Amino acid sequence: MVARAAREIQPGMVVNLGIGLPTRVVNHLPADFPVCLHTENGLTGIGPTLPADQADRNLIDAGGAYVSTIPGSAFFDSATSFALVRSGRLDLTMLGAFEVAANGDLANWKIPGKFSPGVGGGIELAQKARRVVVLTTHTDRAGNAKLKDKCSLPLTARGCVGRIFTDMAVIDVGPDGFHLIEAAQGVSVAEVKEATGAPLTVPNTTLPSF
Amino acid sequence: MKLPNKQNSMEEAIAHVKDGDTVMLGGFGVPGTPFALIHALVRHGARDLPIIKNDANEPDMGVDHLLQSGLVGRLITTHLGLNGHAIELMNSGKIKVEFNAQGILAERIRAGGAGLGGVLSDIGIGTELAEGKQVIECGGKTQIIEPALRADVALLHAARADSFGNLAYVATAQNFNPLMAMAADCVIAEVETLLPLGGLAADHIHTAGVFVDHVTELGALSEEYTVVQR
Repeated sequence: MVARAAREIQPGMVVNLGIGLPTRVVNHLPADFPVCLHTENGLTGIGPTLPADQADRNLIDAGGAYVSTIPGSAFFDSATSFALVRSGRLDLTMLGAFEVAANGDLANWKIPGKFSPGVGGGIELAQKARRVVVLTTHTDRAGNAKLKDKCSLPLTARGCVGRIFTDMAVIDVGPDGFHLIEAAQGVSVAEVKEATGAPLTVPNTTLPSF
Repeated sequence: MKLPNKQNSMEEAIAHVKDGDTVMLGGFGVPGTPFALIHALVRHGARDLPIIKNDANEPDMGVDHLLQSGLVGRLITTHLGLNGHAIELMNSGKIKVEFNAQGILAERIRAGGAGLGGVLSDIGIGTELAEGKQVIECGGKTQIIEPALRADVALLHAARADSFGNLAYVATAQNFNPLMAMAADCVIAEVETLLPLGGLAADHIHTAGVFVDHVTELGALSEEYTVVQR
């Protein structure tokens, strides 16, 4: 799923990878791939993650991981960092999710009474990146669908999600809901439908796998 | 002519904080957090301090010492995810937490520092973060009014400074520091290296010293400044 999501990144893009699964996407990009990675705490041109013994104490990403620079990297303050996000310079963001609705609504920041650490930069990324894709397991730990008719949790942003990468499938969010684009190897269309909590449009043609 | 000298001891500088003062703290995670000034503030003991900071650091680090000391009743922030202590204090009602979208917090502070009343934005419309906020129609769009934020005191961390208070940050330690430097009545910067006037090239300065009131040089850096072993 992570390797498949990495193919979503086109040459020349400015990309923000959210905390968690999305951060791992970078491991699947060729070393010389032309892309500018952004992190909210004030860096464009993120280099490889470093182990603690090689880390610079002043150089982290928004998730607190120790990262590095590459030739051409730039540092800036938090206002500039989000000016970049809100003004449409961010071509793509990859985010995690608790729930995604068939209309593209995203919930990924709060579970009332259980998990409420604050929204950080998530709302601005979800609402303002030119393209928002979600990386998530298809179901939660209890087996409940994370792709639903309607989000039940507090929203991060309305109608923002364009594509969802899960362990089972690649699914697009269209004007009429979820569309199955690809299925993981060994996963049947029926299994994807069963695990999806909303109607899923399946193409008539042969489904690619990843 | 000669620019004034703002060099001061940490204890003298922090003595300017009074009970009830709103305090801005620079930093995003470890980089840019003024750990030594935070310890000095805890020792100083001023109470009922509303704090404005991007995050709550991690347990037993930085702003967590202030939160655990009981000196803070209210925290304006964006994310507490790395500090379970802070989340417990919030959930038990011991501190009130106001969450802002991260870039909106930055813009509210920037507006405060720029002499503006606030900013307009559509961030959070249709979510619970917009609930209770004033909206207006502007430019054909519904916009939320986000009031400017100012503080009585800002505590900052910079890598280098000169005696007039010109500041230079390194790497991702910049974050909220240059914004907060402009948005408080009393700005105190702890710096790793304090240089004489002229020691910082004029075009290598991030925060002009005109915004800074006190600059204090750190000795050897404590463990809190170092790489976090997780």
